[in-house]
Amino acid sequence: MPTDPNPALNADAFTLRRRPPAEKLVDLGFRQLTLLLASTVAIVLLGIFLTVFQGAREAIATFGLNFLTTSNWDPVNEQYGAFVAIYGTLVTSLLSLLIAVPLGVGTAIFITEDLIPTALRDAIGLMVELLAAIPSVVLGLWAIFVMEPAIRPALNLVHTLLGWSPFFNTVPQGPGMAPAILILVVMVLPIITAIARDALNQVPVELRQGAYGVGTTRWGAIFSVILPAAISAITGGVMLALGRAMGETMAVTMIIGNALNFDLSLLAPGNTIASMLANQFGEADGIQVSALMYAALILMVLTFSVNVAAQWIVRRLSLRY
Amino acid sequence: MATPAPITYATSALFDRRPLHFDPSLRRNRFNLLFTTIAGVFAAIAVLPLVLVLAHVLVQGGRLVSFGLLTQLPPPPGLDGGGIGNAILGTILVTLIASLIAIPVGVGGGVYLSEYSSRGWFAQFVGFGNDVLAGVPSIIAGVFVYGVVVTTRIFFDQSYSALAGGIALAVLMLPTVIKTTDEGLKLVPQELRWGAYGVGASKFVTVTRITLPSAFTPIATGVVLAIARAAGETAPLIFTALFSPFWPEGVFSPIATMSVLIFNFAIMPYEVQNALAWAASFVLVMMILGANLLARWISRMAKV
Repeated sequence: MPTDPNPALNADAFTLRRRPPAEKLVDLGFRQLTLLLASTVAIVLLGIFLTVFQGAREAIATFGLNFLTTSNWDPVNEQYGAFVAIYGTLVTSLLSLLIAVPLGVGTAIFITEDLIPTALRDAIGLMVELLAAIPSVVLGLWAIFVMEPAIRPALNLVHTLLGWSPFFNTVPQGPGMAPAILILVVMVLPIITAIARDALNQVPVELRQGAYGVGTTRWGAIFSVILPAAISAITGGVMLALGRAMGETMAVTMIIGNALNFDLSLLAPGNTIASMLANQFGEADGIQVSALMYAALILMVLTFSVNVAAQWIVRRLSLRY
Repeated sequence: MATPAPITYATSALFDRRPLHFDPSLRRNRFNLLFTTIAGVFAAIAVLPLVLVLAHVLVQGGRLVSFGLLTQLPPPPGLDGGGIGNAILGTILVTLIASLIAIPVGVGGGVYLSEYSSRGWFAQFVGFGNDVLAGVPSIIAGVFVYGVVVTTRIFFDQSYSALAGGIALAVLMLPTVIKTTDEGLKLVPQELRWGAYGVGASKFVTVTRITLPSAFTPIATGVVLAIARAAGETAPLIFTALFSPFWPEGVFSPIATMSVLIFNFAIMPYEVQNALAWAASFVLVMMILGANLLARWISRMAKV
């Protein structure tokens, strides 16, 4: 025992327990183990990027940036351009959000703002959450056999009325961009509703009380106080949903028609990067694999920038109240 | 003028004397009603797809469920009968592989983020990376595993395998498990940790005996939800686990799963196969909804 200058403490009044080396070793080992496990995220992320980039290098060298703007996908002559798929990815995801955002935010308001009894609110909330749990492939199956035949008369009507415009000038014949957009609405709706619901619930109760206190109506309070207070989180959620819609594969693959030719019409078959990968990756070889990897890289860059923008928006736009 | 003059108060000049009772014909109240109706209609539209999908899956798939369906192999195209027994077994096996990888790694990573990192740059980076990984499209996880496992044939020179499919699903589960562990551990009161240190417990003992068990409920809820989501994933399995019309032949060969079976059979021009796709949807949806309700039940149990 080391001698202490203070004799009173030296007289075995108490003994300091030394941590045994084994215990210290276990502590240190456990820390390093969890550190290693946490690093897995970084390793996997880096691995994904490197794998896709490495696979795409051949196609990048061959096609360059023309890959983004040309629309011939020709395995026989080994000419590849992903414009159809990039266009389809952007159009289907953006248009589906255009429909899903009002629906989702409206539903979230309906189940947070005390318009209906709590039991009914919880029931609607639960059903929207369960909708998120339905696998995408099951929604695709439903889209093929139930939804698409059911909405075809409506699409035909759209074609008859708006057939003069290049966006609706093909006769709907089963799979196409329009049913794909609708099934994407079904898929992103739960995400938007859940995030908007959380955002609205987190608006401080003082803000509501203040608004009602100066005599506003319920919707006056919603439009001028509650929604502005929650807008950053809702926008972040919308961006996350956009990322999800861009990368969504199965349901879209089953209903979009997987066209190789460009068509501006929303009623015609189209393609997305994700469905192109799902359809061709298993059977591709040679430079086609590389071209698909190039498309996958574009999809990654798109979803990555959307997700980063979502996080930035949440941090930057949040109101200080 | 028989009516007596109204009594006037000093304040009446300041306030107009509109009645205090609710007047639905006012513009603001009509506006209110209009938007309440719109929100109600939107909520009804949002609920509609779940009702329709569930109804079709229950009717179209449920009427096919029989003992033979659950225990037999799918028939060759054009023939009648058969079942989806191999796909049910395959989904369970692949999801199990994914869970065995993702749960230890994810819980460990979550422990590091919550208990060890002091908000340093590395923890921030891992947290950010976790959010990015959660946003990676599921098909990209398939491409990644295809590039790393399938084409390199690193497992006993096998290309497509159940193991490859399990790894791809694990990549998708990992961010959820890490996030729920991290957030669950952050909810554990600091006093519990101080109490453990106070009676002389080491950090390892504190984490494994005090902190982790206290956060069991949120972690278990998140893990069950992650498993349910992985069980329904198709995109990462199409070119990793592939498909097989036979019974599973171990983890190093291609394997049938219900989700890939639904995809393959839905686009076949045979009615028998289409019917099997509906039946598989029924079994899959029941398993996933069951897991979701289980997760809900776990978190409710803890609140009581």
